[in-house]
Amino acid sequence: MSRAAIVARPIDPAHLIAEVRSVDFGAISVFVGTVRESNDGRSVTAIDYSAYTSMAESELASIIAEAGDLFGVSAVVVEHRVGALALGDVSVAIVAGHAHRTPALDCTRFVIEEIKKRVPIWKREHYADGAIEWVDPTQSTGAATQ
Amino acid sequence: MSTVTVQLFASYAETFGGPTLEVPLDPGSTVGDLVLSIKALPGAYALPESPRIAVNRRFASFDQVVHPTDEVALIPPVAGG
Repeated sequence: MSRAAIVARPIDPAHLIAEVRSVDFGAISVFVGTVRESNDGRSVTAIDYSAYTSMAESELASIIAEAGDLFGVSAVVVEHRVGALALGDVSVAIVAGHAHRTPALDCTRFVIEEIKKRVPIWKREHYADGAIEWVDPTQSTGAATQ
Repeated sequence: MSTVTVQLFASYAETFGGPTLEVPLDPGSTVGDLVLSIKALPGAYALPESPRIAVNRRFASFDQVVHPTDEVALIPPVAGG
């Protein structure tokens, strides 16, 4: 069972873990992305996320299918939030279950890296100095992409 | 000559001042032709050298032919996660 969704409500990683959990699995790997208070040396106060939702969900489904082929993982749940997020809010959660830990861990890493490359989601950061700017990872100094 | 609707998002919607563009389309036009037409519009200086285009919700190569009924989108640099 796998699922991917763009959501406009808070993400509860515990719900995603419960969705994936199975006695078939000896490992459940969880990645949770959250809003942090600095980016490229600037103080961030909030982030607005937006998406091309239909394509984003299609790309997420493709990524999950590729992860299945690469790592033999058949249970992956991904949610990415859109809308206005505050510091510390969960922006994305990825949960993968497998009989063994290595495929589960490799799967969550693969999914978040692919999201950052190809899923049409954008964020506009609000800074402490009052500025509001779209984030362009192709123009960042590099620290923000780590 | 027909046109195709190009969806705009995020910074590109601000660049062009709205959620869509109507771009002229000759029969047999490719994604590359479409990009050239878009880059000739006012405000297009903000676009990268080779902006990403999605056709029917998939990233498209520049040699892919575009049809007037296709769902076309100009995709800004993604920043999910």
